Amino acid sequence: MSTGKHAKTPTSSNAGTRLTGAEILWATLEGEGVSVVFGYPGGAILPAYDALRKFPIRHVLVRHEQGAAHAADGYARASGKVGVAIATSGPGATNLVTGIATAMLDSVPMVCITGQVSSKVLGTDAFQEVDITGITLPVTKHNYVVTRAEDVAPMIREAFLVARSGRPGPVLVDITKDAQQGSAEFDFAAAAPKPHRPHPMLKTESVSVLQAAELIRNAKKPVILAGHGIIQSNAYQQILTLAERMKIPVASTLLGLGAFPASHPLSLGMMGMHGEAWVNHAIQQSDLLIACGMRFDDRVTGTLATYAPNAKKIHIEVDPAEIDKNVKVDIALIGDLKEALEALLPHLPPKPARHESAWLREIEASKGEVAVRDIKNLPDSGHLYAAHVIHDLWRATDGKAIVVTDVGQHQMWEAQYYKHETPRTLITSGGLGTMGFALPAAIGAKIACPDKEVWVVAGDGGFQMTAAELSTAAQEELDLNIAVVNNGYLGMVRQWQEFFYEKNYESSPLRSPDFVKLAEAHGIRGTTVGKRPEVVPAIKTAREHKGPFVINFLVEKEDSVYPMIPAGKALHEMIRRPNHNPLVETAGDK
Amino acid sequence: MLHTFVALVEDRPGVLTRVASLFRRLNINIVSLTVGHSERIGVSRMTIVCEASPTAGHRIAASLYKLENVLQVDDVGQLSHVARELALIKVAATPKTRSQVFELAEVFRARIVDLAPESLMIEITGVESKIEGLIQVLNEAGDRILEISRTGRMVMRRGQHTSRVLEAMRVPGVETVAEFKAEEDSAAPSDLLMADETGL
Ligand SMILES: Cc1ncc(C[n+]2csc(CCOP(=O)(O)OP(=O)(O)O)c2C)c(N)n1
Ligand SMILES: [Mg+2]
Repeated sequence: MSTGKHAKTPTSSNAGTRLTGAEILWATLEGEGVSVVFGYPGGAILPAYDALRKFPIRHVLVRHEQGAAHAADGYARASGKVGVAIATSGPGATNLVTGIATAMLDSVPMVCITGQVSSKVLGTDAFQEVDITGITLPVTKHNYVVTRAEDVAPMIREAFLVARSGRPGPVLVDITKDAQQGSAEFDFAAAAPKPHRPHPMLKTESVSVLQAAELIRNAKKPVILAGHGIIQSNAYQQILTLAERMKIPVASTLLGLGAFPASHPLSLGMMGMHGEAWVNHAIQQSDLLIACGMRFDDRVTGTLATYAPNAKKIHIEVDPAEIDKNVKVDIALIGDLKEALEALLPHLPPKPARHESAWLREIEASKGEVAVRDIKNLPDSGHLYAAHVIHDLWRATDGKAIVVTDVGQHQMWEAQYYKHETPRTLITSGGLGTMGFALPAAIGAKIACPDKEVWVVAGDGGFQMTAAELSTAAQEELDLNIAVVNNGYLGMVRQWQEFFYEKNYESSPLRSPDFVKLAEAHGIRGTTVGKRPEVVPAIKTAREHKGPFVINFLVEKEDSVYPMIPAGKALHEMIRRPNHNPLVETAGDK
Repeated sequence: MLHTFVALVEDRPGVLTRVASLFRRLNINIVSLTVGHSERIGVSRMTIVCEASPTAGHRIAASLYKLENVLQVDDVGQLSHVARELALIKVAATPKTRSQVFELAEVFRARIVDLAPESLMIEITGVESKIEGLIQVLNEAGDRILEISRTGRMVMRRGQHTSRVLEAMRVPGVETVAEFKAEEDSAAPSDLLMADETGL
């Protein structure tokens, strides 16, 4: 190969070019529009790494393959493009699994490439051989084993198609070492996959559309349930039109936050286990739920027996297997959400501008009592609450940052107190609830959107799961702001122990390293904050600093996320914040 | 409730695992699963019988379709169809006691396909209840059953040509298997109908 870097344009007709499988891999990725991959090398993938220098693709070296998968995931969620992770065989491949499952549960388009031992020794327990396609079978949309150089381009191209199509998700391509080393003719265009078979059970017939429209026109107490699908299908405008035209309030799932502007008068906020009382109240009182790109997860429905008992349900969803899975619906529009809404909207004449909605007034009235309980309205008692931190972060960033959270209490506080106005500004592991997600996913998000401000919001527990990626952030010189919400506990576990296990705080107290010193060891600046007045200045310093910056927020140790609907209970059976009594101590007090 | 699905799938390594793994993931027990060639080259046909709640059919079919290698799924439970199973049954029998087994086999239209000094082998085709009937009478007659091998249910929708076959024949590039082997068992259609209805 005499081609130098940037020399090839694989999309142009280059039939007859003979390349190695490794070169075909990169050329095909380039043709698919990939400009960055997240990975970690090793023996079985070394031929691919050796060929990388010839291609205009940036490789971000993570510190653990789980980080590569989360970074590719964060990249995909921030950009809407397919994220790519790459790892070696055996332990490299198995380290990807948590990240792949995270993407699967949240329908994130991702292609993972793993090296594999040579096809001649497949099945012999060769060094670092593991059946990664077997292992990832239930957590990928599909996966492939490639054993010949000529199959690399068609299979990679098909993998991208599968990852993007229908309900998106992760796809893994396992490429044997000899397939990377062998050579074949490369023709990008000829390697194009057959068009993807649409799921045959898609159904957006005009009868169902008309029936749905009729239900919407006649509803007295409708609620839109806004899910991740709105973001995946770019249907924000259509949802906004539907809500405004018919004056329908919008409740969001965790992954649906940002799909509808939080400051919009019709926005209710997050529903479900940690949703505000009025949101779940509205759902329970509703006579029509219009579920858009969401899947009635148990965290949003509570017990199904009493879920929205008086409501008819319209489910607009791209995955036919989700219909009637948890909640039996009256009308299902199965297909792309944006297309379905576009078919629906012409049948919905606008409500008159002066239309007075008793329903909206009823919801508004149910908000009043809650504000009194809201912790962020409390006078400064000398204690720092996580809610204060998130609230101040929201104000300081004007609600415009991309926030990447970890999993736990801080994640729920983020969802409650950071008001997301635009899609793809909240990146969080919803379905799998993967601790350790935030930092590596934020690395991916920052690389996808270098001009956007990106904040990590992580707990002291989860942060330590992937803290080694600080080193990646430093090496890549990423302008990343990292807020560790440090409560000295695996907080969400402690909260469950407090509520349901008689405060038996078994294995939830957590001693952490000094996160600022840890940052410094990586050449990263940081500061510790333990008092409310220090919050805003610290955020300002972090924002002004070029490069990664860590803020260690020492917050109230034994605070809980309210309200909370215990698992398996009905949406109205919630635990409320007790009348405030200033809690014991912050992690900073000794 | 028992559900029966016919799935046309790509004939490739690993496809059976993907299908089986799906049922495991859904926590649904497979009662029987048969796989073999279909009328289309490169396409295998599976008949899957599973135990699941009456409302599970939609979700199972929808989930099967999400597998990339699955081409077509029919939930045949509700449709008019022919179901058959084949069983080989080895029974302990000496030259002296054979004739009794012959008689029972005759009643069930089963065939003796192997004779050994101490055993014989019966081949029987029919709906499950017919096969179970033969096993029961063999047991009741005191014939010792040494081995049973059953294929599990295979089903096909009634009618000369399903719309799918017609479609398959029209699709350019899809080769149909030219030669259909003559039915070995030449039971008349009326017999089959009767067998279906009586369970024999
Ligand atoms: C990988 C993984 N292991 C365990 C859990 C269970 N879990 C959920 S929240 C939580 C505590 C998180 O603690 P921390 O990161 O400090 O966040 P906090 O809840 O205190 O805000 C745990 C252990 C999980 N979600 N993910
Ligand atoms: Mg914590």
